[in-house]
Amino acid sequence: MGTEAPKTIFDRIWESHVITRRDDGESLIYIDRLLLQENSFHAFDKIRRENRKVRNPGQAFAFADHYVPTRDRARGLDAIADPEIRNMVELIEADTRAYDITLFGLGDIRQGILHVVGPEQGITQPGLVIAGADSHTSTHGALGAYAFGIGSSEVAHVLAVQGLWRPRPKTMLVDVVDPLPAGTTAKDLILAIIARIGAGGAVGHVIEYAGPGITGLSVEERMTVCNMSIEAGARAGLVSPDDKVFDYVKGRPYAPRGEDWERALAYWRSLPSAPGAAYDRRVEITGGEVAPMVTWGTSPDQALAVTGRVPDPAAEGDADERRRMERALTYMDLRPGQDLRAIAVDRVFIGSCTNSRIEDLRAAAAVAKGRQARVPAMVVPGSGLIKRQAEEEGLHEIFLGAGFEWREPGCSMCVAINGDGLQPGERCASTSNRNFEGRQGRGGRTHLMSPAMAAAAAVTGHLSDVRDLLAEG
Amino acid sequence: MDPFETLSAVAVPLEQANVNTDQIFPARMIKKPRAVGYAQFTFHDIRRDDAGALRDDFPLNQDKYRDARILVAGVNFGCGSSREGAVYTLLDSGFRVVIAPSFGDIFAANCLKNGLLTITLPEATVADLRKEISAAAAPRLTVNLEAEEITRPSGETLAFEAEPFQKHCLLNGLNEIDLSLEFAAEIDAFEQAHRARLPWLAVEEG
Repeated sequence: MGTEAPKTIFDRIWESHVITRRDDGESLIYIDRLLLQENSFHAFDKIRRENRKVRNPGQAFAFADHYVPTRDRARGLDAIADPEIRNMVELIEADTRAYDITLFGLGDIRQGILHVVGPEQGITQPGLVIAGADSHTSTHGALGAYAFGIGSSEVAHVLAVQGLWRPRPKTMLVDVVDPLPAGTTAKDLILAIIARIGAGGAVGHVIEYAGPGITGLSVEERMTVCNMSIEAGARAGLVSPDDKVFDYVKGRPYAPRGEDWERALAYWRSLPSAPGAAYDRRVEITGGEVAPMVTWGTSPDQALAVTGRVPDPAAEGDADERRRMERALTYMDLRPGQDLRAIAVDRVFIGSCTNSRIEDLRAAAAVAKGRQARVPAMVVPGSGLIKRQAEEEGLHEIFLGAGFEWREPGCSMCVAINGDGLQPGERCASTSNRNFEGRQGRGGRTHLMSPAMAAAAAVTGHLSDVRDLLAEG
Repeated sequence: MDPFETLSAVAVPLEQANVNTDQIFPARMIKKPRAVGYAQFTFHDIRRDDAGALRDDFPLNQDKYRDARILVAGVNFGCGSSREGAVYTLLDSGFRVVIAPSFGDIFAANCLKNGLLTITLPEATVADLRKEISAAAAPRLTVNLEAEEITRPSGETLAFEAEPFQKHCLLNGLNEIDLSLEFAAEIDAFEQAHRARLPWLAVEEG
């Protein structure tokens, strides 16, 4: 009898969820949790049209987040002036009612962004396979789950079948070999990782983040890292769970309790990747060299340390890459060689499933405290519970005192489909995850960065190195 | 889903790398019901200038490519958001095939579910194909899925590899949910064993 090869956490989760295999090598994978949002209406339409039964409504959770207003919540649905936007919030209410699916909807204190509320409620747990109707479902991998985004047809498939057909993805280890320096955050790390491997660098792979630079992060910081896995093209991103994760999950509303907790814990402790486990690819990142990052282009891999300069396409040897850079600079209205810190911004957005958790708000507030915003800046907490906690800590008073807007939870200006958005030509310092052309509004220009960096941009009016402000105190 | 037969149609080259689903189908259009027809939204923002007029330099706006049903794209086509509207809009505009060196994973999965054939070929081959299409007076390709073969404007053929299951579904216009439900007994048995092994998975709010 030979010894079994050491396994990765992904191997363990995958192998424990294979229902059956097809001749072509694809497996039907069991889906433990399905996460839905307003755009899932196409999936419900398909279920209705094909007269399907929803197999396990209790394993699906829906969230009103993409289209909800971030102001005037007391008015409920009436706060939404645009009938098409309002219809989206009404549809998710009607569809979840019709199929007996739990909704975290408008008016519920727990309402918020699906990738914030899932972990917050204990719906996300280690070892689960989670499919979500949103590409940033990779966020949940921070707790040691295999979590990935799917389109509407596959949402309908999960509703009817509780499984999905998948070829086994390849694995990539991103080993962050040392801790991040002071003044540098999880957002800077993931932007540096994406800049290194490219927007399509991890296509077909599941990334496992490991090493001292990852284990030293809090669970929320790991969520920021896993969240943007998709921006490197990865199918999913995850971290082997440790005591920080178990402590995070314990006591949350949907977490196991009593005897179940002990059994779950014993199982979760068996999940982490074994030393010597094999990966299809390995990338080593020197955490200690990561500096506060900003994006300068229109793809998340077009990122640099804020101390740098706008790159020069003329210096790029590859013709396709040069064209891509030129197009980005034209759209962003930037010149090669410009000091990144001299770029003035018109707006600041602090929020999104990447950076709207309590630690993010604390980091932004620490910079905003005692300063004044020079440009319109808005803070959108990730959930109602985070908003409440921030208010208990007095963070809202710091933001309001510094001239920032304090809004209600939702996706807001990350995807700009709820009515919050940039005007053409406006330039925004944003803690969200995509700087695509038009992402925050047609003609809008997005620079991605951490919450502390965005707060620094708000109080200086231009991209800034937050370390300079923190040194001032 | 309509079965895919051999398609002989105009092909349009799109040079750009990392074309994301926001560019294929802007987020603000997602809330429109499919019934309005998504063809009007295909590449909505990038095919127009700031004033909203169609740009002459965007290939799909040129007469030569007006009836294109095959898209020949760059690396990592369809990256970004999981929105399936990016597939619906291409289908509603008449596209049945996208050829590229690589695709966003979620986009490729969404294509498969909706009968939009994705063909992956080496980067240099795709670049060469785009060049040939641009130069051709009649930029037509013939895609034969059964034979896994593309006929270029020059008349030469180019072999590709289709995933066997995708090929089977496309050729026969099969509904994947029906196929999967044939495994109901296996799913039931798995679920029972899974829940026995991990009893805390039963969803219960404390």
